[in-house]
Amino acid sequence: MYIVYFIVYGFLLTAAIGLLASWIDRKVTARVQYRVGPPIFQPVIDIVKLFGKETLVPVNASRVVFFGAPMIGFASVALVSTLLWMNVLDKGWMFLGDAIVALYLFTIPSLCIIMGGFASRNIYASIGSSREMKLVLSYELPFVMALLVPIIKSGFSLRLSELLSYQAAHGVFIASPSGIIAFIVAILVIQAKLGFVPFDVAEAETEIVGGPLVDYSGALLGTWRLMKNMMFFALPFFLMVMFTGGLRFDGIHFIYGVLKYVGIVALITVIRNINPRVRIDQAMRFFWGPVTVLALIAVVLAFRGL
Amino acid sequence: MSIKLKALLKSPWVFHLSTGSCNNCDIEILDCLTPKFDIERFGILLAGSIKHADILLITGSCNRQSVIRMKKLYEQVPKPCLVVAIGECAMSRGMFMHSYNCPVPLDKIIKVDAYIPGCPPKPEAIIAGVVKLIEKVKGKK
Repeated sequence: MYIVYFIVYGFLLTAAIGLLASWIDRKVTARVQYRVGPPIFQPVIDIVKLFGKETLVPVNASRVVFFGAPMIGFASVALVSTLLWMNVLDKGWMFLGDAIVALYLFTIPSLCIIMGGFASRNIYASIGSSREMKLVLSYELPFVMALLVPIIKSGFSLRLSELLSYQAAHGVFIASPSGIIAFIVAILVIQAKLGFVPFDVAEAETEIVGGPLVDYSGALLGTWRLMKNMMFFALPFFLMVMFTGGLRFDGIHFIYGVLKYVGIVALITVIRNINPRVRIDQAMRFFWGPVTVLALIAVVLAFRGL
Repeated sequence: MSIKLKALLKSPWVFHLSTGSCNNCDIEILDCLTPKFDIERFGILLAGSIKHADILLITGSCNRQSVIRMKKLYEQVPKPCLVVAIGECAMSRGMFMHSYNCPVPLDKIIKVDAYIPGCPPKPEAIIAGVVKLIEKVKGKK
């Protein structure tokens, strides 16, 4: 039974929505630049093509890690999206799954990218991996503090389903001052987690050709791309669950939920299109400075009941 | 035609490689990616790394220094891949025909699937060439 949930919700549904979202992202980017943009099935075709190509392994690479890293990253994203779907679909579920599990599973893809980059023994991949590592160190603290806000406001419940039912009863967290500040912090962190433009230092194509993924090709590169597209669904969906009351299936609330998701995706795309890339030291200073202070203010406000 | 090849033709990622060109052809290739020509509508993206590429766009006259690197890079492209020779130099060595430094033209070294003439070819010519290449592969299979 669990395996069915994992395959249907965690993999198929998440992949479908993630690919669609990445098409929206590419299309909006194209329209911002006054171009036509790719057709709707382009992300799917890219993945199919990559799976049909030859997979090359560098001679010096550590084969186990090189093959294992994309699989582990992919599995953890599928697992976390199963968790989110099940909590949204069925609030009376026995399991489980609290915010800490989700937080943990969202960190694993970044760690896998770091591992895969170092395993390929490419100089560009090493630089990209070390940048990714610094980025992880810088954004995790504000992210945890931003997620503390909904937990404090719901009376210290860590369960996702309890957070959802609290929001259904008492109104969404984003409607309060501390909630909106925490949401802004979380959006900035998500930009870095997804590797999108102001914080795409790890994959800077014009500096270090493709970052940790330089030496990946064929099916393994396809797995990475699929994982990133699924992250593009799972992370905004996680924010929806934590701050804006998730997705409900009764009548008008469903359309409202879809609009919330599209709104978050559009916000991320707009941020990505109107910003230049920052340097890694600027990114770290930004996350440890203003963003952490903002998150701290949100936590203090939440403690005071605002 | 197999689904593999069909998907490849719908999303060919290109990598451009200069084997000693004067940079004019490279600039024209980059022009294709600008909003005016917008080749992303055909699914074409510029790949940063050779391992991500499907189509190799080769410019320049294949001089002795760069031929070694070009062979190494050609071995690193995941197959199936296609090779396009862009510009006069890559086709026939152009004005370097009798130079001591350019012993053989490109298509004597690796298999070339399409030739795009011009010095340099216009972006429209490059797009037309890529479309003709796609038609050719479709017709062959």
